[in-house]
Amino acid sequence: MLYIKCPYCGLRAQKEFSYGGDATVKRPNINEEVSSEDWDNFVYMRKSPRGKHIELWQHIAGCRQWIKVQRDTATHEIFQTAKVTEEIR
Amino acid sequence: MQKYSVFSLIKNAFSNHQNWEVAWKDPTPKSEYDVVIIGGGGHGLATAYYLAKEHNIRNVAIIEKGWIGGGNVGRNTTIIRSNFMYDANARFNEFGMDLWRNLSQELNFNVMFSPRGIINLAHSDAQMNAYARRGNSMRLNGIDAKLLDRDEVKKLIPMADFSDEVRFPIFGGLMQPSAGTARHDAVAWGYARQADDMGVDIIQHCEVTGFDVVNGKIKGIRTSRGDIKAKKVGLCVAGSTNILAEKLNMTLPIETHVLQACVSEPVKPLLDGVVTFGAGHFYISQSDKGEMVMGGDLDGYNSYAQRGNLPTIQHVLTGGLALFPFLSRLKMLRTWGGIMDMSMDGSPIIDKTHIEGLYLNCGWCYGGFKSTPVSGWTFAYTIAQDQVHELNSDLRLNRFSTGHLLDEKGLGTKTWIG
Repeated sequence: MLYIKCPYCGLRAQKEFSYGGDATVKRPNINEEVSSEDWDNFVYMRKSPRGKHIELWQHIAGCRQWIKVQRDTATHEIFQTAKVTEEIR
Repeated sequence: MQKYSVFSLIKNAFSNHQNWEVAWKDPTPKSEYDVVIIGGGGHGLATAYYLAKEHNIRNVAIIEKGWIGGGNVGRNTTIIRSNFMYDANARFNEFGMDLWRNLSQELNFNVMFSPRGIINLAHSDAQMNAYARRGNSMRLNGIDAKLLDRDEVKKLIPMADFSDEVRFPIFGGLMQPSAGTARHDAVAWGYARQADDMGVDIIQHCEVTGFDVVNGKIKGIRTSRGDIKAKKVGLCVAGSTNILAEKLNMTLPIETHVLQACVSEPVKPLLDGVVTFGAGHFYISQSDKGEMVMGGDLDGYNSYAQRGNLPTIQHVLTGGLALFPFLSRLKMLRTWGGIMDMSMDGSPIIDKTHIEGLYLNCGWCYGGFKSTPVSGWTFAYTIAQDQVHELNSDLRLNRFSTGHLLDEKGLGTKTWIG
């Protein structure tokens, strides 16, 4: 079981959360010309690194907020969590 | 090569089985090959075998970081099927079924292919309609499909919960009688033995650390056991695809996730074929040793760990208990995990790349084992002829940018949900 520190609620079991994928993928800006390649990169292309990965989780059985988590994809160790509006460095 | 038969078995019994030939050699890597296949799993071994057999390309090396058969080919739940709705997937996998049917004879190695049937259970009228549609599509592609009603399912799996109290009653199911299982290790070993006999070098414990690409053309690879020149390089590394893609400065429509499976203690013969629960993610079959082999959901987050966490096992087995209450009396023997190359539409990629001489075989999600022969067959063709075969003409890398997806399950890009 992973234990994830929700920035709003504190340390909770993984079962309370649902996963939301790579948090570093940026949606192309709205009202701007978007090339097919940009859409392709946004919708389908993923780096999926082995090691540190910044990802989105939703505290679905808690405060229902989306949060950012920095986790190691090889060891599952969690380094940092933050609100979605905050940056993880 | 010594042929395996009842006579060779008797002959070797006289010498206490001490004088069997080694099944494959342990060569040191040469400095140059015509083709290097990275990844000594089922698909890589099959690719090398068909390169030698179908295309007479024998100056081939398989480079494996661990040992052959130690990755997903030894970690899957051995299910073989072609019950797909889309033409491209159905054609591809039905061609594979034909290869499976003759594989033991062809490889002179008993892969224990056992076409005992698969039943996908339905738990609502809507699901029955969807299965009727899928069954019709399968039959149009020449694949056997049978829509079963509740009573027919009950005859086949009387131990399932058919009582009135269940949350998801069984309405019926879709069966592919010709689907089945095989012994996964034997598939790897059988391909390895034949490929080795035809001159393929199987190089184990050799990690690829980089690639030599000059002017958009592959020249060779760098490994932990030295540089190896190659005219052509094929990537067949399943869950490690993203790691090697990064070394090539490529980004792919693939995420890597961990999938777990588990087996119970062995019991007497109970379940004939493969059964999938239609109201949750759970499937089950019984191995020849008697263990109940079970699997279900991904753990649900990007992972390169070949192990998972217990909440997923608990979740999967909760679904299992809802279908087969008798499972509550069984002890679990072991659980394990494998890392899956989850493509963004759930279908594989077998294609050339923008780098000349570099070929890609990935995106198998959690269904790679059943396609081992046909994957090797088509990938060998693509490498040898430098073009895709009709069978993998819809499994190309550019289908994501052109919008020609093969989203069999209609799940979209949330790979971890599937």
